[in-house]
Amino acid sequence: MKTDLVIIGAGIIGVSLAFELSKYNIKVILVDKENDIAMQTTKANSGIVHGGYDPKPNTLMAKMNVEGNRIIKSLHKKLNFNYKETGALIIGSTDEEKEIINKLYKQGLENKVPGLSLLKNKKEVHQVEPNLNKEISYALYSQTTGIISPWELALALAYTAVSNGVKFINNCKVEKIEKNKDKFILSTTKGEIEAKYIFNAAGLYSDDIYNMVLDNPSDGFKITPIKGEYYLLDKFLGSLVNKVIFQTPSSLGKGVLVSPTVHGNLLVGPNASFDTSKDDVSTTIDGLKYVVSASKKSVDNINFFTSNIRNFSGNRATIKGVDDFILEESKIVPHFYNFAGIKSPGLTSGPAIGKYSISLLKKSGLSLTKKENFIYHKLPTFFSHLNDNEIESLIKKNKKYGNIICRCELVSEGEIVDSIHEVIPATTIDGVKRRTNAGMGRCQGSFCGPRVFEILKNELHLDIDSIYQDKGNSNVVVSYTKGNK
Amino acid sequence: MTKNLICINCPRGCNLEVDTETLTVKGNSCIKGKDYGISEVTHPKRMVTSTMPVLNSKKILVSVKTSSPINKEDIFNVIKEINKKKVSAPIKIGDILISNVCNSGINIVATSNAEEK
Amino acid sequence: MNKEKHDLIIIGGGPAGIAAAISANKAGIKDILIIERDNILGGILNQCIHNGFGLHRFKEELTGPEYAGRYVELLKETKVKVLSNTMVTSLNAKKEITAINSKGVNHLLGKAIILAMGCRERSRGAISIPGDRVAGVITAGAAQRYCNIDGYLVGKKVVILGSGDIGLITARRLTLEGAKVLAVVEICPYSNGLNRNIVQCLNDFDIPLYLSHTVSNIKANKNHTRVEEVIISKVDENKNIIPNTEISFKCDTLLLSVGLIPENELSIKAGIILDPRTKGALVSNNLETSVEGIFACGNVLQVHDLVDNVSLEGERAGISAANYIKEGNKKSKGIKLEVGENLLYLCPQIIKPSSVVDSTPIFFRVKKPLDNCKINIIINNEIVSSINKIKLIPSEMQSVNIRKDMLKGAKNIKIEVIKK
Repeated sequence: MKTDLVIIGAGIIGVSLAFELSKYNIKVILVDKENDIAMQTTKANSGIVHGGYDPKPNTLMAKMNVEGNRIIKSLHKKLNFNYKETGALIIGSTDEEKEIINKLYKQGLENKVPGLSLLKNKKEVHQVEPNLNKEISYALYSQTTGIISPWELALALAYTAVSNGVKFINNCKVEKIEKNKDKFILSTTKGEIEAKYIFNAAGLYSDDIYNMVLDNPSDGFKITPIKGEYYLLDKFLGSLVNKVIFQTPSSLGKGVLVSPTVHGNLLVGPNASFDTSKDDVSTTIDGLKYVVSASKKSVDNINFFTSNIRNFSGNRATIKGVDDFILEESKIVPHFYNFAGIKSPGLTSGPAIGKYSISLLKKSGLSLTKKENFIYHKLPTFFSHLNDNEIESLIKKNKKYGNIICRCELVSEGEIVDSIHEVIPATTIDGVKRRTNAGMGRCQGSFCGPRVFEILKNELHLDIDSIYQDKGNSNVVVSYTKGNK
Repeated sequence: MTKNLICINCPRGCNLEVDTETLTVKGNSCIKGKDYGISEVTHPKRMVTSTMPVLNSKKILVSVKTSSPINKEDIFNVIKEINKKKVSAPIKIGDILISNVCNSGINIVATSNAEEK
Repeated sequence: MNKEKHDLIIIGGGPAGIAAAISANKAGIKDILIIERDNILGGILNQCIHNGFGLHRFKEELTGPEYAGRYVELLKETKVKVLSNTMVTSLNAKKEITAINSKGVNHLLGKAIILAMGCRERSRGAISIPGDRVAGVITAGAAQRYCNIDGYLVGKKVVILGSGDIGLITARRLTLEGAKVLAVVEICPYSNGLNRNIVQCLNDFDIPLYLSHTVSNIKANKNHTRVEEVIISKVDENKNIIPNTEISFKCDTLLLSVGLIPENELSIKAGIILDPRTKGALVSNNLETSVEGIFACGNVLQVHDLVDNVSLEGERAGISAANYIKEGNKKSKGIKLEVGENLLYLCPQIIKPSSVVDSTPIFFRVKKPLDNCKINIIINNEIVSSINKIKLIPSEMQSVNIRKDMLKGAKNIKIEVIKK
């Protein structure tokens, strides 16, 4: 395979790069080692569109955050992913915390974050957010902070990229990269790819990828994963708070947040643990205990016992000693671009990093011309957001829309079948879940799981050995009960 | 030899001690316990339920059972026989699908219906 | 908007819904509609292929599908209409229903409604089991569906958490299909299943039962795709994990049978008040919810252990709904029952003395196993009835009957279980 540019990694950064590049006349291949996009950090984070007051002024991070926030807001109607500008409070009560909050406020102004204000006493704070811990007496209010489904944003960007000519190859692990004079040759599990440019967006593995083109690994960087564990709580708690509630940040990060989700649940987490590896997304007794106890500082009456529907964890890709994103052409290997160390606010920054990458390419002398017929590939609207007439007309078109498969989240067979035939198809039970919400609800797929399994089997003509829960080889069933059918 | 059993007749769940030679039962609180203890060491019997693949139907499987309890030691032999068999729709509850399974004099019968496709 | 009108609409065609339809029909209601989301009636019974159903109702031991089949036959003798493959998506206090099926969006209106939607299983998240999040962790009900309806085995080496009857029966079922069940693990110091199932599902196959243990970690294989090891630990009286008591099982599957929760999304939409103890609707003795003309029965009201009781409750709801349709609402004062010592809950929660004909049953569960105890009915602070019991366990639902004559002048009613 020959192409102009290869993007390695189809997380939020990879798909943002693909989305932006697909607006131009350049041949792009997007590869990922997993069977779907958004399979690592992108699918397990807080799902926040940050305001932009956190990053230090004049950093790339600050710039990308503020711009990314603006782009996501403007994209959400064009691409139809779930997004809500809820606003956020950064809360505190001690003098020390007030001082940090004041600093954030000033930093935000310097970063040109719109809609910031201070709530300076208990009354003001609790008027805005009545269910907060009664001790909270001070807060920074960030009007432009929002919530989003991270994988929906990634899917919408990736679908659009593919619809505009980007080729996506899944299960494509890059194993070796050879540098020739004016091209790279990538050896992958899906064969050789020849490319003039490489965009390294491999997230937690971006150090390994960079090392493939370096003669001396010490010229590169090292990704250190920091794990965060979460509680996803039932929808009956979804409106306990109406904004994202951050605690005063510390050296350990942004702390445990309490936030509504775009799907109507309540999210609590994360902790920050170095006791992890890149692939380790387990939850731990201690980690979960910490999240529960830390959350009390924000909202002290959450009943985790009766409302929890899922725990999950994700790893943030950090680089020790670097408090900014690395977004640049390698100084050692021309035409190799790193987009690395993308910790929070990486999700927010993604779309801005996409745009920034174009300016990097142009700066290096590549001439890019815009396509004339660029199209936005909209995500379908969930049934639960449609009115009766809209549902009725869908059912009239195809009666499969009248067969409800996921009863918790109200997802029809028609929507599931559509997701299996998208431009980047769902091929697994969790792939269907990320695209349709089937299995996201309080029964966590114990009702719809077997039904989605059958739909995947029939639509894709799969053998039961190749129907997975999520990652490749994560088999759902092990055999037929009555021998081979 | 004595065998220790839990009586299954009521939630009390008496711990029974049954002498397999003299067939005397200790630990029971009622006569049902004694009867259970003796039958469980002399000729324990079990119902077996399973499924069979059904052809020519929208259904993949039809559920089945032994028409009455079989000897406990025959459970896996009966399952083996059930697993060998495929049946064709239409099937009605009570239809005999295997007669005299493992020469037990007991039949395997359908416990659900399967309509023809 | 055009609404299809019926005297009685029953949401759910499992054992509760069918029984309710039959009894309402018998009580003279002709225009009855059952709305069922599956393609056949019978609900969860269709995948419960083991025997042991119907001992009370039919005086014989039936399998789940047979029990459902008996009721479906009875239903066929009536003119009750069934709308299958149809999902009710909303219900309001005016008894308006929206339901989706392959024909479109249907709007219906009932003079009375019976809720019979059943319950769902608690999942891994509900009990926050830590560890790797990979394939191979599945609820017993989903495993049963794969095994008994679709014909797939979910694992070869299995650990089961939860020793209720569903957990025990699934252990036997998977064993008979060729899986090896390594352990059944129970957080309580006692099993929550019937002795019969302990003997015939575990002991018969030498499956060990670990009491006072729970799953403390799940470990994935190298590729992070599937369960490879389940670690259990002992728990203290407060169900906290005791360190250094780990036992490890190499297995590919963890099956969860950790409780059921009534499925009350529609009830909440209709503004029906729920009892936090049962997680079902708060009802009076005629099974009417806090919304006039809407009744509830079966597992959506309270999680039952015997389907026979589900059917009985369905029948009672059917009769009450029929009376309501014929006579309208008779406003009468109710007395809220007090949940006494050692009880988890009472259902119904309210008694309206004027509506009690001869007597009315009150169902409850105890919080912990109790030997040699008595159930007291206390009215106006006086014990009016005391029933001796040799043993009561939480997994076995109990009931007492409150007779009409006891209710004369009653101001408060309490039920308790105390040690003798």
